[in-house]
Amino acid sequence: MNSAAIMVRGLNVFYQQYQALHHIDIDIESNKVTALIGPSGCGKSTFLRSLNRLNELIEGTRTEGQVVIDGVDIYAEDTDVVKLRKQVGIVFQKPSAFPMSIYDNVAYGPRIHGVNKRMVLDEIVEKSLKQANLWEEVKDRLHASALRLSGGQQQRLVIARVLSVNPAIILMDEPASALDPISASKLEDLIAELKTTYTIVIVTHNMQQAARVSDATAFFLNGHLIEYQPTEKLFVHPRDKRTEDYITGRFG
Amino acid sequence: MKPFGNRREQLIYYTICSGAVFVALTLVAIVAFVAIKGVGCISWEFLTEIPSRMGKEGGISSAIVGTLYLTLVALVLSVPLGVGAAVYLTEYQPRVSRFTRLVELSAEALAGIPSIVFGLFGFVFFVIFLGWGWSVLSGGLTLALMILPTIMRTSQEAITAVPVEFRENSLALGATKWQTTSKIVIPSALPGIITGVILSIGRSVGETAAVLLTAGSALGMPVLPTDPARSMAVHLYFLASEGISMERAYGTALLLIIMILIINYLANLSLRRFSYRLKG
Ligand SMILES: Nc1ncnc2c1ncn2[C@@H]1O[C@H](COP(=O)(O)OP(=O)(O)OP(=O)(O)O)[C@@H](O)[C@H]1O
Ligand SMILES: [Mg+2]
Repeated sequence: MNSAAIMVRGLNVFYQQYQALHHIDIDIESNKVTALIGPSGCGKSTFLRSLNRLNELIEGTRTEGQVVIDGVDIYAEDTDVVKLRKQVGIVFQKPSAFPMSIYDNVAYGPRIHGVNKRMVLDEIVEKSLKQANLWEEVKDRLHASALRLSGGQQQRLVIARVLSVNPAIILMDEPASALDPISASKLEDLIAELKTTYTIVIVTHNMQQAARVSDATAFFLNGHLIEYQPTEKLFVHPRDKRTEDYITGRFG
Repeated sequence: MKPFGNRREQLIYYTICSGAVFVALTLVAIVAFVAIKGVGCISWEFLTEIPSRMGKEGGISSAIVGTLYLTLVALVLSVPLGVGAAVYLTEYQPRVSRFTRLVELSAEALAGIPSIVFGLFGFVFFVIFLGWGWSVLSGGLTLALMILPTIMRTSQEAITAVPVEFRENSLALGATKWQTTSKIVIPSALPGIITGVILSIGRSVGETAAVLLTAGSALGMPVLPTDPARSMAVHLYFLASEGISMERAYGTALLLIIMILIINYLANLSLRRFSYRLKG
């Protein structure tokens, strides 16, 4: 309980009149990987985005309840959203490289946070790209446009970009969806490696992947959190019939 | 392989094709006509001397400088203002906002007003009321007002076209709103913004009536912003309408065309350089 990196209480999220999340209570532990699973449209992305207040960028959204990170409610009025987002990084479902060079993409985060020394930036860029398994492919063309990269490469670039600002918590929304099996398995290795220093929340449609990489798994359905258990338990002995149906592929 | 499915397709093809050919031919015809008639009077003196005897003799250097000067003053004012307004409306106002709609409607209405009306306003307000007289300042400000709506609307469109994902990704990295706007949104929209600016330069350079009313038609070299100035378009108007010299009118027209081509070329060049840096 006190190792909870993120504590969510009574979270409701609305898009205009539509309620996408219903009263979510969950404790996400630090230095663990938590997987979110559930059928398309059940609210996984919405939940993820509520953890660093990205939903409020969409007009007409409303959030109720508490999300406590590092002992503070991030929805409190005096929260510094910029600081929060630096602390809680996100890899979006749809990778989107900025229209600038590969180098500038990765250096963007550090730069806006005040890192200007070329040597320091070089170091951060190299380290982040290596962590994201992209370095070998792009080290000779760091100053070429990032838009020329393939979909899977862009996805890894986006991961590097998030790592570059050194967040404490990393949210990943289907980070492997555009990756080939080899890159995907490398990404899983990366996640295993990252969890020693970061807290990771990952959305995935791939049950095997969830089972392999995560310590705990949460199953969402129609905006409700149905079941949340240590991963082995959830996959081997699901408590809820609906969870069992989903993980055995009977629906969704 | 047969290029057309049937006669109807063929007919449509030739009709639209002839439209394109007609446009190209008209352009070539006008430019060639002006070039042939005007090239004879273009000389070093024509480029470097100020007009004498109302333009019968001497050159048109003061009109060239006047044109560039007026355009520069217009841009210095309208670009920051127009782009700033566009950024404010697109980034800092809700998507559906009465205020935005009101400004957009005003801009559209302003863009549709004939330039001579702007000239009249500039004459009454800058020249008479503020007492700036016929001057580069009065003329430049009038042109600025005239092109402001275009610059604002084209910038607005360009900024709106920047994908939301860019903004989300930037904000999610902990960037502030302004960092996101200045480092991601505006650079991504720059090609579109510059296109609007090029259009506006074309309009300013070619504007005659409004400039005549606000900058005057003095033949001397404008130095200070408070000096009166004659633009090339105004000079051309006098040369032709008062029968001073048709040959020199064509020469001036030719230089006017060349100037616009050069401006377009430079703008395109910088645009391509820039988008190369962006997109590789
Ligand atoms: N911007 C929005 N405006 C209105 N409704 C939205 C918006 N974004 C999501 N929704 C709705 O909220 C619900 C949850 O969406 P969400 O994107 O969180 O689902 P998801 O679990 O991530 O699905 P997927 O697996 O397909 O990515 C869906 O019914 C969706 O239609
Ligand atoms: Mg989703």
